[in-house]
Amino acid sequence: MPAREGTYGLLAEFDTPGDLVRAARRAHEDGWRRMDCFSPYPIEEVAEAMECTRNRVPLVTLVGGLLGCAAMFSFETWVSVIAYPLNIAGRPTYSWPAFIVPAYEWTILWAGLSAAFGLMALCKFPSLYHPLFNAPNFRKGATVDKFFLCLEALDPRFDLEGTRAYLETMGPLSVVEVPY
Amino acid sequence: MSTTELTKDPRRDPATGEYRVIAPGQTFKSITDKISQIVLTPHTPLGWFAYFVIAGGGSVTLLVAVSWLFLRGVGIWGITVPVAWGFAIINFVWWIGIGHAGTLISAILLLFKQQWRNSISRFAEAMTIFAVMCAALFPLIHVGRPWLGYWMLPLPFTMTVWPQFRSPLEWDVFAVSTYATISIVFWYVGMIPDFGTLRDRAESKIAQYFYGLLSWGWRGSVRHWVRYESASLLLSGLATPLVLSVHTVISFDFAVAILPGWHTTIFPPYFVAGAIYSGFAMVLTLAIPLRKYYHLEALVTDRHIDNMGKIMLATGFIVAYGYGMEAFMAWYSANHWEAFTFWNRAFGPMGWSYWALITCNLLIPLTTLWSRKLRNNMTYMFILSLIVNTGMWLERFVIIVTSLYRDYLPSSWGTYRATKWDYMTLAGTLGFFLFMFLLFVRFLPMIPMFEVKLLVPGSRITPKKTVEAGD
Repeated sequence: MPAREGTYGLLAEFDTPGDLVRAARRAHEDGWRRMDCFSPYPIEEVAEAMECTRNRVPLVTLVGGLLGCAAMFSFETWVSVIAYPLNIAGRPTYSWPAFIVPAYEWTILWAGLSAAFGLMALCKFPSLYHPLFNAPNFRKGATVDKFFLCLEALDPRFDLEGTRAYLETMGPLSVVEVPY
Repeated sequence: MSTTELTKDPRRDPATGEYRVIAPGQTFKSITDKISQIVLTPHTPLGWFAYFVIAGGGSVTLLVAVSWLFLRGVGIWGITVPVAWGFAIINFVWWIGIGHAGTLISAILLLFKQQWRNSISRFAEAMTIFAVMCAALFPLIHVGRPWLGYWMLPLPFTMTVWPQFRSPLEWDVFAVSTYATISIVFWYVGMIPDFGTLRDRAESKIAQYFYGLLSWGWRGSVRHWVRYESASLLLSGLATPLVLSVHTVISFDFAVAILPGWHTTIFPPYFVAGAIYSGFAMVLTLAIPLRKYYHLEALVTDRHIDNMGKIMLATGFIVAYGYGMEAFMAWYSANHWEAFTFWNRAFGPMGWSYWALITCNLLIPLTTLWSRKLRNNMTYMFILSLIVNTGMWLERFVIIVTSLYRDYLPSSWGTYRATKWDYMTLAGTLGFFLFMFLLFVRFLPMIPMFEVKLLVPGSRITPKKTVEAGD
């Protein structure tokens, strides 16, 4: 990412989840799109207010699971039929019911790993540095007991004074400027 | 009971009428402080060191026992023909069964929206992982030539030998390795938001770097939370069929054999129920001292202990059904060998183990767990959890040893006597388990902070407020 200078955005701090939901809904309705909310625990209503309830983790998980299943089942078939056929009490080499169990386990293994790594990749983790950590009150509250709304400078509606006044009308505890 | 009586009940929240999960008066801040303080304090409690020394001694015992085993071979154990599966397999099944309650609490109870699980899910998952570690050790050291243990995996060797995929023992390799991996992934993903909290609360540079790296830069963005919630739900949905499959596959190790006493269709459900039974007993064994020593009574409340007692009562009855069915089938199958095995279990030379098992698993818990008074008595529940754990260990002993030592041919009958190396290995894994658990309690958040915050009344946006917000 190219180094940036100046302001990342304005960060408003709220005391209750209800205040954050109201603020997020209003900002979204007023046309803000380069915005984000931060809370110490998941709040469904905020996601609904920002219309970002859909995500691609389930799709990644499904694809991972199906791949795992197909990979294991075909591998077992290849091993038992072609690579190393064994006569086990006269059973057919392609004894598919027995192959279900490892294929089942690998479906779960790959789906679970896809869910976890998909989550990381979609969230663009690891991101050990983020401009928000520069805000003096962010790290003190965002993962503990405070609720934040950030309007980013990249949004075309952003202007430092006007946006600050706009955020002040939402009843925040404080509004601070976040530098890069 | 009338409504006025209901609101007077101190166990209910006066505002909503729902049963409280955590004690009243908790705030987001108090929860964060309480849990993060345990990890971030520079002062380790003296008692922790005392237990750590004991647990470390246990781990050293394990190291000694396993080293001697590698030098001398499995002959140092009590296993012999006809009892070729002794303590190692008993311990394997017992440990992995213990792990199952952690997954049940973290995954199945999440799917059923049992919010009370939030306070106990993290350390129950940790228990799962350490129990699976102990369990996975046993098949590895039991194979006789542990340095060839990797032959169990389908690896492209130069001699082009491949595993035999029709054997439940090979299925076990996949079931247990998947279970270990998914449990660790689920546990770690569950801790990421809490690592973010610890990073932000830590004062020392080392702790900030340590938890900062572990948190991957978590900052609680709503877009991340949406994905996070999806991923946790999916992982729960995946862990649920997984946990049921693991003990099912383990029961196949026995049920697929034609040995009387093993060859039965009741084994998969009976093994899974027994696993959860013993697992909840182990959760109680850990939870009761933990909440006392770390003063967590406000977060892990009497209601948690009470609920776990109820689950043990339910799974205990499923286990009782399994025992009953074994006895019934011994008679109803009209199979001479099956009937003899059952008779021999109960009244043969090792009958003591069967009756000890019935006492520990059925007589004591299933008669007393009905009483709420006893379920709320911590000393009693702690002792009971130890009794059930012993009982479940004896169950595996009974299944394995008393089926093997007298089978079809009286001329091949034998007996089984464990050696000191067997006992040292068992005690060693207990020490190792405690060792890992103590490290976990000291360095990782043992209660999920963000999930417990969801139990604070102010955390929920009520529908009424949403209407207000929409104006």
